Amino acid sequence: MGNKKELDILLEAIKINKQFGSFIANQDIDICIERGEIHALLGENGAGKSTLVKILYGILKPESGTIKINNEEITISSPNVARKNGIGMVFQHFSLFPALTVAENILIALDQKIKFKDLILRIKELSTEWELFIDPLKIVSELSVGEQQRVEIIRCLMQNPKLLIMDEPTSVLTPQEIENLFKILKRLASSGCSILYISHKLEEIIELANKVTILKSGKSIATIDAKNTTTKYLAETMVGKEITTLKKVQSKNLSKGIALEIRNLNKANTSDFGISLTNINVTVNYGEILGIAGIAGNGQTELMEILSGETICDKEDQIFLDGVPIGFEDITKRRKLGIETIPEERTLHATVPNLKINENTFLTYFPKYNQNRSFIGKILNNPENSLVESEQIIKENDVRCPEPNPMASQLSGGNLQKFILGRSLANNPKVAIFSQPTWGVDIGAATTIRQKLLNLSQTGKAVILISQDLEEIFQLSDKIAVLNNGNLSEVLSANDISAANVGLLMGGNSKSQNDQEESK
Amino acid sequence: MITFTPRDKVSNYWTLIGPILSIILTVIFGLLIFTFLGFDPAETLYQIFISPFSRIDRVSDIFVKACPLIIVGIGLMFCFKANVWNIGAEGQFIMGTLLAGAFALLFPNVETKLLIICMLFIGFIGGALWAFIPAILKTRLNVNEILVSLMLVYVAMLFIDFIVRGPLRDPMSFGFPLSKPYPEGALINKISFPGIGYLGQLHYGILFIIFLIPLTWIFINKTLGGFKINVLGSAPKAARFAGFSKDKITMTVLLLSGGLAGVAGVIEVSANIGQLQPEVSFGYGFTAIIVAFLGRLSPVGILFAGVIIATVKLGADNAQMTMGIPKVVTGLFEGILLFFLLTGETLQKYKIKWSWNK
Repeated sequence: MGNKKELDILLEAIKINKQFGSFIANQDIDICIERGEIHALLGENGAGKSTLVKILYGILKPESGTIKINNEEITISSPNVARKNGIGMVFQHFSLFPALTVAENILIALDQKIKFKDLILRIKELSTEWELFIDPLKIVSELSVGEQQRVEIIRCLMQNPKLLIMDEPTSVLTPQEIENLFKILKRLASSGCSILYISHKLEEIIELANKVTILKSGKSIATIDAKNTTTKYLAETMVGKEITTLKKVQSKNLSKGIALEIRNLNKANTSDFGISLTNINVTVNYGEILGIAGIAGNGQTELMEILSGETICDKEDQIFLDGVPIGFEDITKRRKLGIETIPEERTLHATVPNLKINENTFLTYFPKYNQNRSFIGKILNNPENSLVESEQIIKENDVRCPEPNPMASQLSGGNLQKFILGRSLANNPKVAIFSQPTWGVDIGAATTIRQKLLNLSQTGKAVILISQDLEEIFQLSDKIAVLNNGNLSEVLSANDISAANVGLLMGGNSKSQNDQEESK
Repeated sequence: MITFTPRDKVSNYWTLIGPILSIILTVIFGLLIFTFLGFDPAETLYQIFISPFSRIDRVSDIFVKACPLIIVGIGLMFCFKANVWNIGAEGQFIMGTLLAGAFALLFPNVETKLLIICMLFIGFIGGALWAFIPAILKTRLNVNEILVSLMLVYVAMLFIDFIVRGPLRDPMSFGFPLSKPYPEGALINKISFPGIGYLGQLHYGILFIIFLIPLTWIFINKTLGGFKINVLGSAPKAARFAGFSKDKITMTVLLLSGGLAGVAGVIEVSANIGQLQPEVSFGYGFTAIIVAFLGRLSPVGILFAGVIIATVKLGADNAQMTMGIPKVVTGLFEGILLFFLLTGETLQKYKIKWSWNK
């Protein structure tokens, strides 16, 4: 580090350690951020990224380690101290009050006193200066996710930050919104504000960052120049082993009859926060993967529930399996007919965390054991009946358990997902419907899961993949549709549609909205 | 600052030490309070903890007192396991008793014990009907079952009061609000042990518990129904994913707990009172809530919890009678005991860390 003085260092963290119980989240992590630099923090889920930035922002206290700003050692004991030292942060899950206006939300977070009128002027100034178009008097719950993020950024900019921390900012944005965000971030950086950017999306990092620090199992294993690297190199450093690529066999000489058909499906929303599904029409053939893209909260949950049978259709002839209407069948019946669903929430929806694996197997298997049983036998049907099946599922799907038959909560996200998938596939479904199957799963397990999806379609099953992850959608799907505000777009062949097109559909009328704002 | 971190597994050490430590701490605090209030602390503790065990007939009275607590507690266990909050067992207890009692009074000269068997069924139906009101409102209109079931307690109390002062009052009761005495066939007899005779008030109603506890255990652990209740309580969404109907389960557990509360009422009144009167319950329906939780919502746990609570209640009665300690003071002591028992349970599940810096 002989050339240290030549570098214009803004923030330096040395040997940061943080433990949660017996789990080491951060171990001797070093990171050094220069002025005006976009520094990416890369790592798998659980590698310690969020812990590190929470320490830098004063939310968590490290057990040991020093943090220097402008070469002066400081203790960041709270987010207040962090803000006073010029550190701002945009959280992955926004911390805005939905019932308040934009200006009110910004006012709450301000440390200095300011008149409301001046505040609105200042917000307007900032929003035109940085092209973060936003109406300060709008109520936050009326804003799109992308707009809410702008509010968060403006809130940070009010404090004239020297360092802006962004925790996975693109996970909820459309490609167009991402592009805009990147422009803003690059401008910010060239104006002298450093950016610490957390992500596990490799392309993004190469496009945006100057430097990247890779974390693995709580340690910083490398800091490299982001401009002279490849996604493959980054991925392998991050995971620590070579990534197997997906095998997609093109030649399929299977009969391609229609498996599932959704016809004029409407379902009014019943809860306060839900989305109504309107006029959905789509078919899935055997041997085919239909990808449904879209930003979360646009009706995915509702669509999933009505396909699984957790909610029943209003009319019987809204869903057909093999040409037979099944709209009134409940989830147990649909399972028997060969429709398996893998919901987005792994714990508390697909599994019960405080139940053992055999009990979680029993959860969706219990009707099986009721066949050919006496009345008493049916009453005494209990989870012990699925001990054998659960062991098989664990073995065949390489579910790594800390002990034989553990509780679901003892499995890691990836292993739990492998179990859930295995449980559904062991039922030998005709149609499998997945929602966000690799969300929050490490890259190794994600590859395994995606390969399983491909294998399913290649053995002649119909697959529906509902996912936010565009990369995944394009990697796997034969045809693609986009869900936006409860409407499903036209279905297009994966070869005929570009990511940019899908992005436009995901944002609904986002483009025209931008035009409106610019004309104001 | 104090931080609670969940343990990976329930600590065996604390499972053993926790209850003992709770009792010791209760005794220490009890000593302090009784001394401070000017009562002989050693004598008071003797009355509360030891005197219920001092004679064999007193021990059997513990079980008599525990009997309604355990039956109602078992019923509530089904509800609480499914995250359905039936707070109105007291009302269901009363209505079960009232319906069965009114039925018994229709047959003033019946001596066959078939009558009491019928009354148990009718008591079940009475309690279940009273629980049906919060159940139907909950499942159809999503009305909060806590409020409805609790409010219905007061309706039931006033209703039985009205009945025994009006339609069912015994003309020979000299103006007291009492019904006619039950016919012989409606009474539960005391158990006469060969060679010993009666043991306090110990009656045949205890047999119901002996049969109820294993049956409940089998239902919870070995049947699909028990599994459904468990899943609904732990993860409602997962229950829906499995295809279990939330409404059906809610209805079942409420009817079951209401019914059992009714049965408890029938046994209590037929064994110990023998006629209807304005007060038939003495708060069993509410105390059973504590019993259910202290027993950690398991049938065997509820058996022990019922016995513990009954012991302390009887001991407190003894202290009141022999030493003139006011009811509020013994009530306070019961509260301290519960507080420490529940704290001890927390220690089994959580590690506690103290740190002195800000």
